[in-house]
Amino acid sequence: MSSGPRPPLAAPELDPAAVRRDFPALQQPVHGRPLVYLDNAATTQKPAAVIDRLARYYREENANVHRGVHALSDRATESYEHARQVVGRFLNARDAREIVFVRGATEAINLVACAYGRPQLGPADHVVVSAMEHHSNIVPWQAVCAERGARLAVIPISDAGEIDLDAFATLLTDRTRIVSVTHVSNALGTINPIAEIVRLARRAGSAVLVDGAQAAAHMPVDVQDLGCDFYVCSGHKMLGPTGIGVLYGRLPLLEAMPPYQHGGDMITSVRFEGTDYQRPPHRFEAGTPHIAGAIGLAAAIDYVSSLGLDRIAGHERALADCATEALTRLPGVRVVGRPAKRAGIVSFVMDGVHPHDLGTVLDREGVAIRAGHHCCQPLMDRLGLPATARASFACYNTLAEVDALIAALCTAREVFG
Amino acid sequence: MNADLAALYQSVILDHNRRPRNFRALDHATRGEGHNPLCGDRLTVFVRIANGVVEEAAFQGFGCAIATASASMMTESVTRRAVADACALAARVEALLSAEGDGAGDDLGSLAALAGVRQFPLRVTCATLPWHAFAIACRGLGIGD
Repeated sequence: MSSGPRPPLAAPELDPAAVRRDFPALQQPVHGRPLVYLDNAATTQKPAAVIDRLARYYREENANVHRGVHALSDRATESYEHARQVVGRFLNARDAREIVFVRGATEAINLVACAYGRPQLGPADHVVVSAMEHHSNIVPWQAVCAERGARLAVIPISDAGEIDLDAFATLLTDRTRIVSVTHVSNALGTINPIAEIVRLARRAGSAVLVDGAQAAAHMPVDVQDLGCDFYVCSGHKMLGPTGIGVLYGRLPLLEAMPPYQHGGDMITSVRFEGTDYQRPPHRFEAGTPHIAGAIGLAAAIDYVSSLGLDRIAGHERALADCATEALTRLPGVRVVGRPAKRAGIVSFVMDGVHPHDLGTVLDREGVAIRAGHHCCQPLMDRLGLPATARASFACYNTLAEVDALIAALCTAREVFG
Repeated sequence: MNADLAALYQSVILDHNRRPRNFRALDHATRGEGHNPLCGDRLTVFVRIANGVVEEAAFQGFGCAIATASASMMTESVTRRAVADACALAARVEALLSAEGDGAGDDLGSLAALAGVRQFPLRVTCATLPWHAFAIACRGLGIGD
């Protein structure tokens, strides 16, 4: 037997101090204090690799895609389609044609609601969402249900902030056409049991959309493993640019769906008598797409992949656990939602202090959090709260920043007594 | 506490937030709803008016310290004022909260404490919320603009 050093049993933990050096925006003071950015569920900061990639695209490659006969158009097209491959591999899609570039998760859900939901839904049919959905995963379904005379059913959640799977099972009928649930709650941090939800929905013959806005780039995502039909995410919450997002759809479903928007780039031939549409994904990408955005998103994916998604998930979870524990110890502070499986998001309230006031005091201490209903008014109603304060973590946050959050909350307590 | 925060959360504001005055519903009153969809804050302002004079004003609902204190001080300051006078006061408070409001706080009494919000542009709507609800209540009576 060799007496040399044994290889490590697990990958080394993330070194957030090293990671944060990659993020120019984190290097600035705010109100004279070091910036403690804990509003990552709203949007993440961008690494230099993404910012530089955007700049390089505009400096060296800028041209329209899929139509030029010149060198720059070739380069832009190649980079844009390469980005599709990168996203496809990242989500473990079977085929890059299953990746449609959109503006964000909101547009992706609207696309599915219109191009899949509208033709599928008739009177007496159901769409099922959960009580913890973001408005963007409620309102598009409400609209299409109203139009088609279908019903929107809601999966109840427990006080801990977890989906009630038994209640879900009883909601499912042979009229359930679509189940649309979030992978991770943006307000509570709950990681939902997607594979189990998909299994139950499948048995009822329903399609499943998963809102991955808070999961993608924060934990490994494998759409084949999850088994869902659609998966949506937003680039700007994945260390990527704003204005770019992803719809993953299983190819047979995309093939059967009509276009969502009409225009250039999504057609094969246009005559005044009629138009032939492209096949997916281009059928769903009318007009000049956000080329730079897609390329920048691919750079973000390369970046998080280099850190390791398991390590990122472990790091963010550790920060959230630490924050939850420290918040619980603060007198008059209550953590909202106690899911057994939590991502890097923690919501809380402080007795006698409105979350908005907390947000303002914390901001002056350099700590950026979100305060409000988090675009989840039905969830807030369910919890009996008008608003919460929310800290959400990313790969570049540190334990010292959790301490800074707690210290700032103590300042708020002093201000409001 | 930093100076901007101290100016925003003056003791008079904190006091009105902790013990809001006239925090109740009024019977036989007209009401105006104030809703800030950005943060979910919701206030209802009640006014009872007789012979063109605000006899009583009150409010209920849920809001941050700024909205609550502003509403509380408002109910005190509009009571027993002629409606036209109260509407003029609302306009002056609005001016006080806007960036150009320097000097507008003179002779506004404790309402001048709201001027601290000027350093927090995102919070100005919190301070104006109850005043808008008051204006809506007055308009419901066909009074005011």
